[in-house]
Amino acid sequence: MLKIKNYVKAESLEQAYELNQKKSTCILGGMLWLKMSSRSFQTAVDLSGLGLDQIEETEEEFSIGAMVTLRQMEKHEGLNRFSDNAAAESVKSIVGVQFRNLATVGGSIFGRFGFSDVLTFFLALDTYVELYHGGIIPLEQFAKQPYDRDILIRLIVKKTKADCVYLSYRNTKTDFPVVTCAISSLDGKGCAVIGARPGRAQRIELPDAWREMITQEEGREKLAEQTAARMTFGSNMRASAQYREQLAKVLLKRGLKQFAEERSGN
Amino acid sequence: MKITLTLNGKKTEAEIRPDMLLIDFVRQQGCSSVKRGCETANCGLCTVFMDDQPVLSCSVLAARADGHRIDTLEGLQEEAEEFGAFIAGQGAEQCGFCNPGMIMNAIALFREIPEPSVEEIQEYLAGNLCRCSGYEGQLRGILDFIEYRKNGGAR
Repeated sequence: MLKIKNYVKAESLEQAYELNQKKSTCILGGMLWLKMSSRSFQTAVDLSGLGLDQIEETEEEFSIGAMVTLRQMEKHEGLNRFSDNAAAESVKSIVGVQFRNLATVGGSIFGRFGFSDVLTFFLALDTYVELYHGGIIPLEQFAKQPYDRDILIRLIVKKTKADCVYLSYRNTKTDFPVVTCAISSLDGKGCAVIGARPGRAQRIELPDAWREMITQEEGREKLAEQTAARMTFGSNMRASAQYREQLAKVLLKRGLKQFAEERSGN
Repeated sequence: MKITLTLNGKKTEAEIRPDMLLIDFVRQQGCSSVKRGCETANCGLCTVFMDDQPVLSCSVLAARADGHRIDTLEGLQEEAEEFGAFIAGQGAEQCGFCNPGMIMNAIALFREIPEPSVEEIQEYLAGNLCRCSGYEGQLRGILDFIEYRKNGGAR
């Protein structure tokens, strides 16, 4: 059972950052994962009063506050238009509406959970994170970093010309994913992300010829094989490494097919 | 610590522990419709509305509800009564334990999508688990209620 001695609703990011430098402090996102632990904290810092719960859209980018919920992301018209509805697709199987009204984008991204659909999705786009201390860095770099005591303020998704497809496989509806997969074209450059490996999601650039390769079944098969071979997979209670690799190939192939069909207008 | 919130339309002040969960708070305030189920944020039994949005009260600190509006089934009885009769009419409540949470989330669904499709119903209620009914009776009850409302039967 989670134990908290002091609850502080942060009045500024500076205050939250200062408090968070102690190991006995935790930052509250949606607190759905944190609540499952039996840890004890001297202080819990709540960021919900800092106005980080908005998605702002400009000509150049989306700015997604760390406290934006997965449900906001699912329903945001601009983000879904930009991502070919992949934003909604990536979160719609996460438990239920009540859960997604609590779970935050910041919680999922800062946690860099292996099972994170959210991390998989955003890695497929031209995404950056803004950290209070660490400044703005690419999400791909952040995803590889170890945990520290910094505070995630927001995600920045650049409006680089993007097409995106999101797929996941679950043993049962609303469960954790066994494998997640996002494929995108950013200014024509292909990118594939596989998550729930079960480690943190991994992003791989596709070869220059990817657009030509996906026009034929054989090419898609080859590209899916090559891409999966560049990833590493592990086993846990949900699935074995071999099964995950096989599923990843299937999801990659389906995603690439979807790309090919949309390109030809089917 | 002290919190002040609006619980079922009534201003409520209370002294709480910082790690008290909202489910424990509302039950302590007499809202026993809010059930403790999985406690892993999966079953939907503890659904309440926070500022009109359905949330899992097992996963929110009561401290976070400070200054907000919380509604439980006790505060939505009029809205729930007519719909509940359609669930009972299909024998879909069975043991009844999941019903308050399911009715809360169904009300949220009807408010957001007044005439949902079967797919929309199934997606919206995916986070409400029931271990008796197999969901078919609930779905029939919901569809009957929507039809009844379309014909001007309900508000």
